[in-house]
Formats: sequence, C-alpha cells, structure tokens
Amino acid sequence: MMIEGSGPEVTDRERDSRSEVGDRPAETAGGASQSGTPRITPPSLSQPSPPTPNGGGAEQTPGLSIALEQLRAFYGPAEAVRGLDLEFHANQVTAIIGPSGCGKSTMIRCINRMHEEIPGARAEGRVMLEGLDVYDPSVDVVAVRRAIGMVFQKPNPFPTMSIFDNVAAGPRLTSSRRGDLRETVESALRSAGLWEEVADRLDEPGAGLSGGQQQRLCIARSLAVDPDVILMDEPCSALDPIATLKIEELIDQLKRRVTIVIVTHNMQQAARVADRTAFMLDGRLVEVGPTQEIFTTPHDPRTEEYVTGKFG
Amino acid sequence: MSAHGSSAQPLARFAVSPARRRRDLFARTAILSATVLALIPLVLIVYYLLRKGLGSWSTSFFTTDPTGNTFFKNSNIGGIKSAILGTLEIVALASAMAIPIGICVAIWLVEYGRNSRFAHTVRFAVDVLTGVPSIVFGLFIYIALVVGTGSTYAGYKGSCALALLMLPVVIRSAEVILLLVPSGLRESALALGAPRWRVIFSIVLPTALPGMLTGVLLAVARAGGETAPLLFTAGATLRTNFNLDQFTNSLPVQIYSDVTSPTTSVEHRAWGAALTLVSIILLLNVIARLASRRSRLG
Repeated sequence: MMIEGSGPEVTDRERDSRSEVGDRPAETAGGASQSGTPRITPPSLSQPSPPTPNGGGAEQTPGLSIALEQLRAFYGPAEAVRGLDLEFHANQVTAIIGPSGCGKSTMIRCINRMHEEIPGARAEGRVMLEGLDVYDPSVDVVAVRRAIGMVFQKPNPFPTMSIFDNVAAGPRLTSSRRGDLRETVESALRSAGLWEEVADRLDEPGAGLSGGQQQRLCIARSLAVDPDVILMDEPCSALDPIATLKIEELIDQLKRRVTIVIVTHNMQQAARVADRTAFMLDGRLVEVGPTQEIFTTPHDPRTEEYVTGKFG
Repeated sequence: MSAHGSSAQPLARFAVSPARRRRDLFARTAILSATVLALIPLVLIVYYLLRKGLGSWSTSFFTTDPTGNTFFKNSNIGGIKSAILGTLEIVALASAMAIPIGICVAIWLVEYGRNSRFAHTVRFAVDVLTGVPSIVFGLFIYIALVVGTGSTYAGYKGSCALALLMLPVVIRSAEVILLLVPSGLRESALALGAPRWRVIFSIVLPTALPGMLTGVLLAVARAGGETAPLLFTAGATLRTNFNLDQFTNSLPVQIYSDVTSPTTSVEHRAWGAALTLVSIILLLNVIARLASRRSRLG
C-alpha cells in the first residue's frame, strides 16, 4: 500500500520469488545446524555486559557490531547478493537503500540466517558478529537468531496469542526465561512504546491492535529475548505516517541498547533515522557512509542519481 | 428514448438493452433450477428418513439389543443399542489410529518434506489412497487380519479398515490447513530464536487447530457411515460388546442386514437405524462447522 512519503512501490522481485518458493526444503545453506553441533553462545549472552557507550540504563546491554565479508547469496542458481563487504557499527542505525530487487532484503536475511529458510537458497562468505562468524559450522543457528532479532515488513503478531503471550513468546519458545516473565514483558512493551496503550488489556488478542500497534508489538516481541542486533525489513511500509513516526522515534531510542539495520524504500526515512546509510545496486554495495554525506555529497554518481530520484 | 430530447442522450448509453435483460433472466433461471434440482434428492432423503424412521424410534429402540427373533410377525425384534455402541467404539478406535498418524504425516509434508521428491511421492500415494473404494480397504484387512491370521471377525479389525479409509482424508485436510498458516508466522518465530519443533508446536499447530478439527471430524463422519469395510472385518452380531477383539455390531451393518430382511418390522428398524446414523453424522458436521467458524485462518 502506498502511504504519503513511503517511497517506491514495494513489489520487488526478490520478495516475489521468495513467496513462490516458500514451501520447499530449508537448511540448504552452508553450515545448517545439526542437532549434534555444540551451541556457541554469542558473546553478549555468556559474558557480563560492559557499560553502554552511549550512557543507557544499567540493565541495557550494548549492541554488537556486524561485518559482512564477501557475502554472496543465491536463490537456486540466481545470485541476489554478489560479494558484499559492509560493516554495521555497534549501537548505530544503518539504513540500506536501493531500488527494488537490488538484494537489500536478501542481504539482511543473511545476517540472522533466515535466508537459508527459503528452499533452494544459500549464502556464501562470512557474517561476523563481533568477531564470530555466524556461518561457522559449529555455530547453532538458533543462538544466532536469538542474538539477532528481526522485524518484518508486515506486522504479524501470533494470532492465537494475547498481547502478553505474544511478547512472552520469545522467552517461552527459546526456553531462555530469566527472572520474572511479567517484568520482561512489561519492560519490552515499555521499550517498544506500547505499554501505556495496552497495559490494561494484556489478555486481549494481539491481532486486535491497529497496524502500527501490531508492529510495535512485534518490536516488543523481538526485544523480549534481549537481542544485540535488530534487523528491520521495511518495518513501516504497511503503516500510516503517524504510526511510521512512532516507529522512527522508537528506533532512535532503541539504538542505545541494540545495533539496528533497517531496509527502507523511503529515503526520507533513511535520512531521519539512520546514522549511516548504505546504497545497494544489483546485489552490490555502491557506497556507504554517514547518512548526511550519502544524501548531500555522495561520491558515486549512481548514488546521487538514486537519492535525487533520477532512477529507482 | 429520445422523448426528452438531447438531455436524455447521455443516460441512454447506460441503459440495459432488452436482449441483455432476457439473457440475464434466462441464465439466472437456469442456474436456480439446477440448484433446486440438486436439492430435491436431499430433501426427499431427509423427508423419507424422518417419516419412516421416526416411527420406530422409542426408548426401547435405543436401549435394547436386537433379539434376532424375526420370523414371526409378533415377535420382539429388539432395538439397535449394540449397533450404536459398536459404531461408536469402532469409529473411536479408528480415529485414535488415523488422526495422530495423519496429522504427523501432514506436519512432515508441510514443515519438513515440502517439495522434496519423497514428499511428492507421499502426496501421490495419499491421493491414490483417497480414490480407493472403501470395500477394498475391507478386503485388504480381511486378507491381512482375518484370513492372514487364521482367525475370525473382530471389532478392532473393522477399526483398522476404517482407519485406512480415514487416513488420506485426515492427511489431505490437515495439510491444506497447515499450508494456510502464514509463513510470516513461522519466520517471526524462527527469527526469535525458537527451534523448529517449538515453532510447530507453539505457533503453527495452535493456529491451525480449529481448521484441522473440521477436517478430522469430516473424516470421522465419513468413516462412521461406511458399511463395506465392516462387513467382513467387524462382522455382525446381536449383543452389545465392549471387547473389540470380538464380533462387533455397527449401525451400517445393522441397516444392511435389516433392509434385506423380509419382515416388515425389521425393515422399519432399518429406517430408524438409518435416521440414527444420519443424526450422528449430522451432529459431527455441525460441530465441524462450529469449529471452522472459530478458525483464524479465514
């Protein structure tokens, strides 16, 4: 759906192909988890957290940095990401922009290894989570996804669950309950800016909320497992401008405790929320730099053409 | 149409022509008649069942076993208690076998097998199984469990035949419902760091449950009305029997043997038993409808 200021249509080829092949065998990518492999816990889950660099609250763990090294991603024979080197700094918001079908979504789905859930899809190269290659054969994919959360384009609260259960789903499903579940849920809902609106109706179904509230519920749900990184795949493309604004404010607060990578079709949004912006074209990185620079003084003429609306 | 001069001209472009009106009327009449035609046998069946069957319903009809004394006009032929209970027992055991296995197969097909070659083979086999006439299942069990073991009829053997009959229906209906669960739900649960089995048990199955219940109940209803698989597996008997290792009576078999009897009172009992069977199956269908209304999958 097109909303004021939401950029180009969201019907890129990559998403189409994904839904077409959405029910074939997974676990085809390199190093798919086997039940017998030892579980490697990402650093933040096993070590006491050092103080946050940006001066957040005491309970907040800092985000982790991510570095893509020669990342290539395939759908069967088709190469969607063609050798990408890109770094996401800890506790910063990095926006990925680029025309439809340039591989943005595929790229961020490689970061938490969701890409390999698509039948026939695989990835090559390395995704370094603070020095740990998440594609290493000894790494448990489940632990990776616990450390790197994801918010999808379409708000998708679990339809059978109440608001409370939706947020509690993470800790329950991952058996990583620590401390009081009610506190975890409340704190996640507060962090997602939803607590005031739902505090008195936690038992109502999550699907009964408005679209913007549902998306914030999904953000709360991903926060409840205390991730170090949150990937957002066009989180506002199905929302109205006011709901979009709330999510953007939220992103600004969340970066104190997590690293955020956000794919967006909306260049104003990238300009508003991102510390750094990366421009992708045809599966390759064209340019990455401080957002201000990308939008005002890009080095590459293709970036300039794209951000000024000459193509895309 | 030009009576009102040029001001009416624009409207005339939008007028429905008489020819189109006639074609529309014809098409609507044809479709409606076909619908009414299809309803006639249904209404007649229900009408005859009620007219002929209700007369034989009484308390003793439901609370006594058939006596087998059918030679004289005045003899007490008894009710259909053993048939009702036998049907419930046989179908319950069949469901206990077919439903868990069927749902597991559907889960495997949707969540694990997906488009693999083996999954396609399984789907093809299930489709073939769906098309197998019910008497063939009876025959198979007769060969395998009755002749094969050198023993005789037993209720559980009837259950096995019905379970085979139910299995493809359960698998296919559960598979369709599981495929309706949006893949976004699986993805978000996986992205939370949940293992696949927990995603299936905590997210996929609860979402699919009402819809799967509908399919399962329809399979149960279908099995409950089958005669052929029971004729030479569960046998026919008079006594109420709670031991499924012995001959077990059932409603369809009772109806079959009563209808072929020359005694009028026994024939009437067949109508009463038929009405009972249809009522039980109708009840299951209503429950299935209510369950699907609760479905969140549309």
